[in-house]
Amino acid sequence: MSKKVIERLKAQLGGKILATSDFRGDDEAVVAPKDWLEAARFVRDDADCAMDHFIDLTAVDYPERAQDGEGPRFDVLVFARSSTKNHRVRLKTRVAEGAALDSIFTVWAGASWAEREVFDMFGITFANHPDLRRILMYPEFQGFPLRKDYPIEKTQPLVPYREIEGIDKLPPFGPDMGQPWSRVDWNERLHGGDVQVSPAIGTQQGQRPSLSKGPEYLPDETPEAE
Amino acid sequence: METNYEELDEDGQLELPAEPMRLNMGPSHPAMHGTIRMVLDLDGETIVDVDIQPGYLHRGFEKSCERGSWNQVYPYVDRLNYVSPMLNNVGFSLAVEKLAGLKVPERCTWYRMILGELARISDHLTCNSASLMELGAFTPFLWCIKTRDYVWDVLEQETGARLTHSFGRIGGMAKPPTDLFKEHTLAVLPQVEEAMAETEQLVLRNRIFLDRMQGIGKLRPERALALGVTGPILRSTGVDYDVRKANPYMFYKDVDFDVPVGHDGDNYDRFMVRFEEVRQSIRIIRQCVEKMPDSGTVNIDDVRYVFPEKQDVYDTIEATIAHFKIVMEGVKVPPGEVYSFTEGGNGELGFFIVSDGTGTPYRVRVRPPSFLNLQACREMLVGDMIPDIVPTFGSINMIGGECDR
Repeated sequence: MSKKVIERLKAQLGGKILATSDFRGDDEAVVAPKDWLEAARFVRDDADCAMDHFIDLTAVDYPERAQDGEGPRFDVLVFARSSTKNHRVRLKTRVAEGAALDSIFTVWAGASWAEREVFDMFGITFANHPDLRRILMYPEFQGFPLRKDYPIEKTQPLVPYREIEGIDKLPPFGPDMGQPWSRVDWNERLHGGDVQVSPAIGTQQGQRPSLSKGPEYLPDETPEAE
Repeated sequence: METNYEELDEDGQLELPAEPMRLNMGPSHPAMHGTIRMVLDLDGETIVDVDIQPGYLHRGFEKSCERGSWNQVYPYVDRLNYVSPMLNNVGFSLAVEKLAGLKVPERCTWYRMILGELARISDHLTCNSASLMELGAFTPFLWCIKTRDYVWDVLEQETGARLTHSFGRIGGMAKPPTDLFKEHTLAVLPQVEEAMAETEQLVLRNRIFLDRMQGIGKLRPERALALGVTGPILRSTGVDYDVRKANPYMFYKDVDFDVPVGHDGDNYDRFMVRFEEVRQSIRIIRQCVEKMPDSGTVNIDDVRYVFPEKQDVYDTIEATIAHFKIVMEGVKVPPGEVYSFTEGGNGELGFFIVSDGTGTPYRVRVRPPSFLNLQACREMLVGDMIPDIVPTFGSINMIGGECDR
């Protein structure tokens, strides 16, 4: 049924459709990043496509493709469906690291949160997006977790108190009260540093020496005694 | 800034600030289910704008999937929508089977349909009764949760677990149905019907219930479509999109059922659509029980995908090798990318999976219905008042595990 959509796209957009596929019955059309917004708007507005139902927008990371020079690093995909004709299409584009893609927020309002999630997880920026904040992670999070080069066991720095203007309320405890968070700064520890706590909490509570370096790491008196 | 109560204007009235007040609601607010923060801009008690902030239950589902084998994804999908885990199990099985081009035996498909519909019943009972409880009606909550426990008894009998079953497998199910499966299933259905009838008798003519549900949290169909809303919320606006009817998977085209739709898209319609869907699920289960064969295998006969019988693993070298290969290397799904979608408890539950031919998923993207439904919540709330947040947020049935993944 949705074969027609691919043919219609090919006929109307011509050379802008770089490739098509129908693997396992999923119709897909690949466009260049500069034609992304136009293609999305076309499938929504064209009377034969009429894709008024936003389904999903996501990305896939292929770091090796960029390394080998075979193409840009990320695939960005949008899934859409027609509520009247009940057919679907998947548009795909390839985005390089650091490049911005046009936001399709104006085509389907639902793309707003989906684009925020892709930005949050992959670090792909969307031009003209009205509110491109992180959505699942917190603002201080470092790195983009769904990139392949983000190690799953990576430790994040602890977050210092946020300074927000115009808020009279204070947290019920001060930065030097309560039990300290003894989260290990592994990076520091493996490269010969002396501090145990992560940098953010270290600036708040003062740097503390590592407690678990083993028996040879004892106070400095030992060499002097010899 | 402290208000100086002596500074009254000429009419003796206290000058009230004209700019909207900002109020934080959640994440540790009982009506936010512990996982959502709403930053409200209020004009009096009317909501001018709301910034909904999910993410408090983010566990890195998609990242975790990329380091195990395909079968190790099942415990994770259980914990997506944790009130209907069987629907997620079945949805993920169908996605991998679509990519691998597998066709499961007929008995397995009927079995999956019955278990899935039981999960849908438990999902809708939970959602509706919890929204009633948030409105102050505690009794129907107890009735429905008691009935949900009876449904879970059947699921426990079949899978061994009440909540997180991890029962789906690529190319079949973990175990064949038990001997008394059909009897147990048919025995629980009248209890569900009774609990629903009692609940409806109690609330549907209750003034408090009607005032807080009717005309509150409205959503227009064209906005719902553009925002990517699916499931009972989309159907309550009058759009008859149900994946089971629109793109039938498994044997849904062979069973007879209706798709209930509302016309206002308000809380009341969402409530009624959910209860009507439970009735349709009961209809589907009764037909499935009739059509499901009593004997036959539930797993495909392919050692590349399905674990051999445990006794054979001990007795024969072929089965030992097959078992070893599946455990150590994982199921090798052919390379490619597919999007497979089913009707979950909250709407279209889609899995976009990419395989590179090794035993580990390259990318598992779940299309979370709750996430996109929650995005539309802003449009439902703006213009309503603070007390309307509770029933509206309850009726979209936001499941944190699925929304934040």
